[in-house]
Amino acid sequence: MISAPTAMLDPRDRGGPAQPLLTVEGLRKHFPVRGGFLNRRIGTVHAVDDVSFAVRKGETLGIVGESGCGKSTTARLLMRLIEPDAGEIIFDGDPLGVQSGISVNEMRRQMQLVFQDSYSSLNPRMTIAETIAYAPRIHGMKRPAAIERAEALLAQSGLDPARFARRYPHELSGGQRQRVNIARALALNPRLVILDEAVSALDKSIEAQMLNLLAEFQRHFSLTYIFISHDLNVVEYVSDRILVMYLGHVVETGPVAAIYETPRHPYTRALLASKPTLDPDRRTTEPPLVGDPPSPIDPPSGCRFRTRCAFAQAICAEMAPPLLTCDDPEHLVACHIPEAQAAVAAAHA
Amino acid sequence: MADTAISSAAILAALATARPASGYWRNVGKRLARDPVTIAVSLVLLGIIFIAVFAPLVSTGHPYDGSVLHRLAPIGAPGHWLGTDEGGRDLWTRLCYGGRLSLLAGIIPVSAALCVGGGLGLLAGYIGGAVNTVIMRVMDVFYAFPSVLLAIAICGVLGNGFGNAVLALSIVFVPPLTRITETVTAQTRRLDFVEAARASGSTAFQVMRHHVLANVLGPVLVYATSLISLSIILSAGLSFLGLGVTPPQPEWGVMLNALRSAIYVQPYVAALPGLMIFATSMCFNLMSDGLRSAMDVKLNA
Repeated sequence: MISAPTAMLDPRDRGGPAQPLLTVEGLRKHFPVRGGFLNRRIGTVHAVDDVSFAVRKGETLGIVGESGCGKSTTARLLMRLIEPDAGEIIFDGDPLGVQSGISVNEMRRQMQLVFQDSYSSLNPRMTIAETIAYAPRIHGMKRPAAIERAEALLAQSGLDPARFARRYPHELSGGQRQRVNIARALALNPRLVILDEAVSALDKSIEAQMLNLLAEFQRHFSLTYIFISHDLNVVEYVSDRILVMYLGHVVETGPVAAIYETPRHPYTRALLASKPTLDPDRRTTEPPLVGDPPSPIDPPSGCRFRTRCAFAQAICAEMAPPLLTCDDPEHLVACHIPEAQAAVAAAHA
Repeated sequence: MADTAISSAAILAALATARPASGYWRNVGKRLARDPVTIAVSLVLLGIIFIAVFAPLVSTGHPYDGSVLHRLAPIGAPGHWLGTDEGGRDLWTRLCYGGRLSLLAGIIPVSAALCVGGGLGLLAGYIGGAVNTVIMRVMDVFYAFPSVLLAIAICGVLGNGFGNAVLALSIVFVPPLTRITETVTAQTRRLDFVEAARASGSTAFQVMRHHVLANVLGPVLVYATSLISLSIILSAGLSFLGLGVTPPQPEWGVMLNALRSAIYVQPYVAALPGLMIFATSMCFNLMSDGLRSAMDVKLNA
């Protein structure tokens, strides 16, 4: 995706282009698993554990990982749809939840979420225009102005307002509904949009149109995206930087070229090896990963990938590897075994 | 028939437009107006309600006036076109007046239970957690008894009389309405559009009002409409057992009980109160079916 010129003209910009739009430090969410007699706590799902990252102004950060690795939970934690157990969120220099910082409400105005399921994310009792106009109206805009804004956004999303504004969600196709979802997310004029598998449920031709639409919006509104997906090809196409998650941990992060060309973490390698390709010369020959990921309920000690890792040693069970830079200062990897990193990079090259 | 259908369509359309700013209800009204069965049963119900409300005008006498000389006259007897009951009272008159109590016994308990049960269900479904556990477990206690038995037990404790029967029936209908509302609310609350509304900064009250309530109301109303017929039948049953309305008062259940002994003498006359109960509850049931399909946006895409 083409990076927009960073939001320099935006009056809401506080720290200038060098300051990350969003910084997340040590985000953690554990869900209790209850059951048995009197609903006792019988386990803990480590959904998101000590996740830290930063999103720069105007960039697209791709978050990839298997199902259940905590991608969607991270999105919901950022929006404060679920309360985190620990961690700090800083939005353009303003820490969230402290006296002088940004309020949850104000942050939700500047940060919006697009859901995967285009059907359940639209209220079946509201027309398309009402759905898009809802958020501005909640924030005090008068109905005619809000409807006008909704119609303008519909037109920009490629849906003719004269035809679609008064329709109900069930009268639209999946692709059209997802356009409405994106328009709804943009109705508050946010700076950061989290796309949680926003194009994953669409078929390939529609998906391509949606990606173009998203790129256009990013240019037009100087948006920053967090693009969550399990589709590695799409993430490679849209992202500037990548965050790889495994069982609630960040295992590797870096610029898209570094991750895709010289992956360092054995898990990233396995993930990339599973990427389907249409090139017969590059067909996958080895089964990359065996078995399912371990349950996030009471996950393995130390490095969580060690149970499926070919390079695992004693230290991997003892302590969780920290996220450290390798030769490239932008490229961070969480792995104890330098030989493993080297082997992965060599094998991939 | 054609012009009555048109006028009732106009009434429904007017009802629909009376609700402000909701195109959804207008669509429901339009779909109802196109459904001949629902139109027909609504007309029958309107007719029944009309004769009950205007009983003094449409009936031919006083419901308590009777003559032992004219006991159990057949249908079509001079002066009593639907015959007379075991006390020699005009049956048409008593059916008109009886409709008042029977319809009230159908509508009041369901409305009362809808307010209480609907409110509790919304709370339980929306808040969840401990609130949900407390409310729903208390309802489960009521569920342990069959509804007829529960109504009889409450009525037996409170003593007979119409008011007590209505109260007993209201209590009986609270648990099912709570459970339905709770289930629908909890389902709706988990949908992404509720999350999206929260994410755009709505307060819990705004989410409830704009997103949850509108989606919960439809199915709950449909279910409540179907309970009206059950309530009429149960109250008739209570009266039949001597627990609800007491004999001289006209009510379809009491009348059915009183005429029971005349089933061999005047079977058609004796069947009339039962026929009214059957027709009314059938109409409410069919109306609830019509309402459900009119409200189901997916059926009529």
